Amino acid sequence: MLTSESHIFFVSLDRRKESVTSKVEDIRSLKSFGYLEDIIGLAIEPAFIVMALKKVKGNFERIFDKNMTDLVRGIRNNKDSEAKYIAQCIEEIKIELKQDNIAVKANAVTKLAYLQMLGYDISWAGFNIIEVMSSPKFTHKRIGYLSASQCFHADQELLMLTTNMIRKDLNSQNQYEAGNALSALACFVSPDLARDLSNDILTLLTSTKPYLRKKGVLMLYKIFLKYPDALRPAFPRLKEKLEDPDPGVQSAAVNVICELARKNPKNYLSLAPIFFKLMTTSTNNWMLIKIIKLFGALTPLEPRLGKKLIEPLTNLIHSTSAMSLLYECINTTIAVLISISTGMPNHSSSINLCVQKLRILIEDSDQNLKYLGLLAMSKILPTHPKSVQTHKDLVMRCLDDKDESIRLRALDLLYGMVNKKNLMEIVKKLLVHMEKAEGTSYRDELLSKIIQICSQNNYQHITNFEWYVSVLVELTRVEGLSHGELVASQMLDVAVRVEAIRPFAVQQMSLLLENPYVIFGLSGGGSSRASTMIQVLYAAAWISGEYVTFLPNPRSTLLAMLEPRTAQLPHNIQSVYLQNVLKILAHLLTHPEPTPTPADVPQVNGEVPAKEGSEDYEPVEEQNESKELNLVEIQEKLKPFVSSEELEVQERASTLFNIIKVYLKLAGKQELNSESFGSELVHFFAGDLNPVAPKAQKKVPLPEGLDLDKWINDPPSESEEEDDEEVDSTQGVFVNHGTQSMAEFYGKTEAKKTYQPTEEELQKQRETRRMEQELNPHYLKSSSKSSPTKKSESDVPPIAKLELNVPLRIPGLASSDKYLEEASKSSSKSSKSKKVSGSKEKGKKKKKRKHGADDENEEEERKATKSISPEPEPIHVVSTAIEMPEGATLSDNEDSLLPENDPHRALNIDLDIPLEPSEVLPVPSHRKTKKSLDPHYITDNNHHTKSKEQPAKAPKSQNSDEHPEEPQKTKESSKKKKKLKKDKKNDHEPLPEENGGDESTKTKKKKKKDKSEKKTSSKHKKSQNSEVNLMLDSLEEDSNLSSKDAYYGLISELKAKNYDRFLTFWSNYFDQNHSRYVILYVQQIRGSLKGKSEP
Amino acid sequence: MMQFMLLFSRQGKLRLQKWYVAQPDKARKKITRDLVTTILARKPKMCSFLEWRDLKIVYKRYASLYFCCAIEQQDNELLCLEIIHRYVELLDKYFGSVCELDIIFNFEKAYFILDELLIGGEVQETSKKNVLKAIAAQDLLQEDEMMDSILREHGLI
Repeated sequence: MLTSESHIFFVSLDRRKESVTSKVEDIRSLKSFGYLEDIIGLAIEPAFIVMALKKVKGNFERIFDKNMTDLVRGIRNNKDSEAKYIAQCIEEIKIELKQDNIAVKANAVTKLAYLQMLGYDISWAGFNIIEVMSSPKFTHKRIGYLSASQCFHADQELLMLTTNMIRKDLNSQNQYEAGNALSALACFVSPDLARDLSNDILTLLTSTKPYLRKKGVLMLYKIFLKYPDALRPAFPRLKEKLEDPDPGVQSAAVNVICELARKNPKNYLSLAPIFFKLMTTSTNNWMLIKIIKLFGALTPLEPRLGKKLIEPLTNLIHSTSAMSLLYECINTTIAVLISISTGMPNHSSSINLCVQKLRILIEDSDQNLKYLGLLAMSKILPTHPKSVQTHKDLVMRCLDDKDESIRLRALDLLYGMVNKKNLMEIVKKLLVHMEKAEGTSYRDELLSKIIQICSQNNYQHITNFEWYVSVLVELTRVEGLSHGELVASQMLDVAVRVEAIRPFAVQQMSLLLENPYVIFGLSGGGSSRASTMIQVLYAAAWISGEYVTFLPNPRSTLLAMLEPRTAQLPHNIQSVYLQNVLKILAHLLTHPEPTPTPADVPQVNGEVPAKEGSEDYEPVEEQNESKELNLVEIQEKLKPFVSSEELEVQERASTLFNIIKVYLKLAGKQELNSESFGSELVHFFAGDLNPVAPKAQKKVPLPEGLDLDKWINDPPSESEEEDDEEVDSTQGVFVNHGTQSMAEFYGKTEAKKTYQPTEEELQKQRETRRMEQELNPHYLKSSSKSSPTKKSESDVPPIAKLELNVPLRIPGLASSDKYLEEASKSSSKSSKSKKVSGSKEKGKKKKKRKHGADDENEEEERKATKSISPEPEPIHVVSTAIEMPEGATLSDNEDSLLPENDPHRALNIDLDIPLEPSEVLPVPSHRKTKKSLDPHYITDNNHHTKSKEQPAKAPKSQNSDEHPEEPQKTKESSKKKKKLKKDKKNDHEPLPEENGGDESTKTKKKKKKDKSEKKTSSKHKKSQNSEVNLMLDSLEEDSNLSSKDAYYGLISELKAKNYDRFLTFWSNYFDQNHSRYVILYVQQIRGSLKGKSEP
Repeated sequence: MMQFMLLFSRQGKLRLQKWYVAQPDKARKKITRDLVTTILARKPKMCSFLEWRDLKIVYKRYASLYFCCAIEQQDNELLCLEIIHRYVELLDKYFGSVCELDIIFNFEKAYFILDELLIGGEVQETSKKNVLKAIAAQDLLQEDEMMDSILREHGLI
């Protein structure tokens, strides 16, 4: 019989049955048959015993450990049906977890930890993990804590079961048990745990074992984050650890203080001398890096500290061979130099040292160092642009690097390297890069960088906006970019803000409008390739419409915009097209003469001087006739848009359609001529449009009596009032058609903008413009009128509407290169340059809304461009005027230093104020043990539950140390009336309650209060609860835990009325190997809670 | 402070994950997926740093395994690389020329070593010797316990 059993045993091992369960069963049966005893009984020689033991041990290991390996192997072998296999494994694990054998459970938990890593949810096994954690065996503890650290979250209710167990382990004789508990706690510490265990962790700092001191110190940081109240009481001890004899502990303390100080530096300034000493004496690079980082955070607050630091830092930079330390030193030196006001002569040497070292880093073959060098350079750039600019060659070289992230860093640096002289050259280089670059994301990055570089500081570095517009137009031709809207908004911005560029911009835009299919590579099938770049047409249409006076050939542009293929464009572009068709139409009606050259047209929109019309009377007639034909044609072309599926397009199209209809009708009756109708239309578009400040809407003051939260239609009486107001305002806006009232509507600034230049000024303008053109050999004339000598060198073929997919060179479309050539030519002429005072430039920058002075300024501007100084003067002026409601100012600093949800906000605590006696860490009291010893316990409790109607007692008795049980109980019963949920906390530690200073606990309490309100709503329930409490009390008295029936009875009685106290009660038993009961009951209670909350 | 550490293979299989800042499971999965794809897409000659959300990612490849850490903006990237290297050295010493399979089959040991090196995202022990000593001591404890329990189970002591 014996042999057959043993045979089964080994066979079962060899076959390695699917589940552990069966194996364990096998072992049990073996044991019951006395198999092992027999073997040992047979053994006479000790060697045999050892062998047998080894064999048994091996078998044991195989049974349990192999299983983890089995799992891994199984997963690897079932690659096709992994999910199915794992589901099966989880089922097995569930069975294993139901077993009594803790070793089996531990093994199951190990497997769970592995599955968790693979991404499977194991939160359902939380109780089992706690069970394994609570095992007295180190092996189980170790794996239990590991699993807990992997899958527990700080917001789990489960965690409160662990408090006592972790406390016990922290105070364990075995330092590794404490170590494991700390490692796990660091991952899932919750505010409750932090509060309850803060004192225990602080005690670890006085441990004799450096291993524990070190871990304790680091753990404190996590505690502070979760329980900020601990910071002040614990800080003195932490500070002591800076001088710990063990370097590891010392380093840990530096770590923690560094982390704290980085977020709230001003509270740690007083520690600077200690750290300074440490920095100059220590040779531990790990610690030095942290100290230096800490100084980097402190120096912005205390420039004197920075001055003191420079010397040791430069010494370190010179001496160290560790790159990480060198990098940290450079970073901190930069921070120091930024904080010290400039002008100190000896600091230029240290900045040069930094830049020099960075250059070495950048030139290193190690890509990582290169990257970091560039990164650090970009930190120096804002304050010391000159020293960085000397390494332009290096940065430009990095632009050609193979590594994209390095190129991106170099691009960041370029931003600060451009100036008026080299901007064109650099942008040219970037454009070349763009052609070569693979991958659209890098191209996109390049494009946005080009725009960023050019547009920085209100286009500070751009001297010639014709060049910039050409660059933008060139960018539209690059394939596959996703920043179409960015380019479009730049075009709009430039056209709106640089008045002088409008003629050129309009000319370029009209080319874009007339040749969209060539430029954007649109095939007949619609937008596919360059879907976002098409947005540029939006800007093109708007600019052409808004500044229609500069259009070289309004009619052809208008017709181009109404091409049938427009209907394939995105809807927003279609509607802009239609709106601007109307603008162009209005212009054509008022300006019937053949297209004027931009130079001949006054810059201001609006009415045309009457003289011009009379001069060219003859052509007007002709034009008129052809236009009427056109109008019918236009009407025809509008028809598809009128039936567009997009509402906006449809509406605009029908408006336009009907306007033309009305006009044709009136014209047919000879009741009005085109000009007067046109001028009526022009009124719709009178007045300049200015850019609006980004936050302007926020600054608009709410009109009195307007409540945005009110329902518009409710109550009816109020809505009537509002209607009245509306009528008033519409009268002001729409009834009076005169320009004057329009100007009034747009505000006073508008009135200045409709300023009409005198004839003299116009003459002057024209002259200067001509001169400018003469200066510019490549200037393209938009019309044939201009002298042939100024035509561009390339022979321009006639415009033919070719529908090709290949982007062609479009005649007249400016190329940015020629401006670059021009610039290089002119710089060679720079010897002639005459001095241009900087005051002009300043004046320009300052001018805000001084539109009256604009023209004068531009005059000066143009004169200035005749002479090219080494720092080229801008040809065009950027208007910085932006629309803002009256009385509002631009303010950008609205966000505070730390983000709202940063836990460090709560840690902004002054540490220099001496500790108050009330500021102590909560001290745990082990209720369970003391209670059973305290003979007065029951009577006390009875007394309090009876007198629970008198709540005032609680706070007074808190501080008495003689009977620690009493105050607790008093408080407990008094609070019970208000919120049962709090009981749990009261049981454990009364102190934090009375502190009351902690925001986070307060809010938590609130939440809990809300939750518990349901339960405590009626008095009847209260009395029930007190009964339950009494039962619990007597239960706690009863040491016989195994009387199961009593507990079941109790639970049915409880029905989760005092869930928290119950949980706490049980959690105390957790350490005593009654975990199974705990889990059973807790689960049962949770179930009944769920049942309650559902209805 | 280190926010999390991930180990994954060239095939994108996760081999180890350690989170020092609480994240819901969903977020963890998303972050992992994002980073694994981004890093695997990078060419070998590229530098080891990435700007990612408001964090910096530092990664390094050792044989078939990628070690990837997320650190805060002000943290020192080179120091982080140093930590990764230290961890690899420790694994190597412990397993004896470590390979990916060692970590797969002894994943808990890999975690234990990491826990001795870092706690709560901070370096706790810079000496390799000390870390290995602590691990060895704990392994010994486990072995003793195992022996003890077997003997006890069968009434030998």
